[in-house]
Amino acid sequence: MLTARNRKRPGGEIPTASLPDIVFMLLVFFLVTTTIDVDKGLGLVLPAEGNEQEVSKKNITNIFVNASGKVAIGSGDDLRIVEIRDLRQEVSNRLLANDKMIFSVRTDSRTKYQAYLDVMDQLKMANAKRISIAEPEG
Amino acid sequence: MRLKQKTKTVSGIPTASLPDIIFMLLIFFMVVTVLRQYQGLKLILPEARKISKLEGKRHVANIWATKEGVISIDDRIMEMNQVRNVMYDKRKNDPQIVASVKADRQAEMKLITGIHQELRKADALKVNYSAKTRN
Repeated sequence: MLTARNRKRPGGEIPTASLPDIVFMLLVFFLVTTTIDVDKGLGLVLPAEGNEQEVSKKNITNIFVNASGKVAIGSGDDLRIVEIRDLRQEVSNRLLANDKMIFSVRTDSRTKYQAYLDVMDQLKMANAKRISIAEPEG
Repeated sequence: MRLKQKTKTVSGIPTASLPDIIFMLLIFFMVVTVLRQYQGLKLILPEARKISKLEGKRHVANIWATKEGVISIDDRIMEMNQVRNVMYDKRKNDPQIVASVKADRQAEMKLITGIHQELRKADALKVNYSAKTRN
């Protein structure tokens, strides 16, 4: 009887010495699995459906992007081919001359998305607020 | 002599509250962790410089578009003309919704303008072109 009681006594509590280790392991698991990845990108607000407006010709600059990623800027007959990295300066100049300028990005239907985004990026860098996206040709 | 006695009492950092601290950290990470809901499609995002963060994930609808022209929303592959219905429902439930276009850098503009048109029809006008930071 006495011996049995003696045996029982040491198992009275749950050992908590390894609790920090267990919690640490859980912590490490969540640390590893957590991906605090924020989505990043270029924001844009599309015009509402059926909200097409007539704009004066002199307030529009067309930016053409062809299927191979070549870019041309200008309005009417005054069209110039520019490098994408020079576009920002070109856009800034035109904005300085006329701050109501609308930039209409016109792409080919086979234009690569990256080329289009490069152009949008340049427009954003030049702080162009009024951007229009024209229907692709062809 | 007195000074020596005083210094003796300070011995070791108390570790009694260590589990509590770790528990707090654990709970923080458990709350922050979002086990990925949607897999998306396999694609390479384009690069851009002037990009901004998209606030939160609550008001974001992801539209995936690969270079082959496959469109997927919420892991459901769909035709172009279905996009407007799906996005319209999303827009109705959450007027603040931002459509995050995750398109492959090799995708053709025909696809992207198609998505534009669908989004306009669904009245989901806020768009974000998902991109990676260019170095």
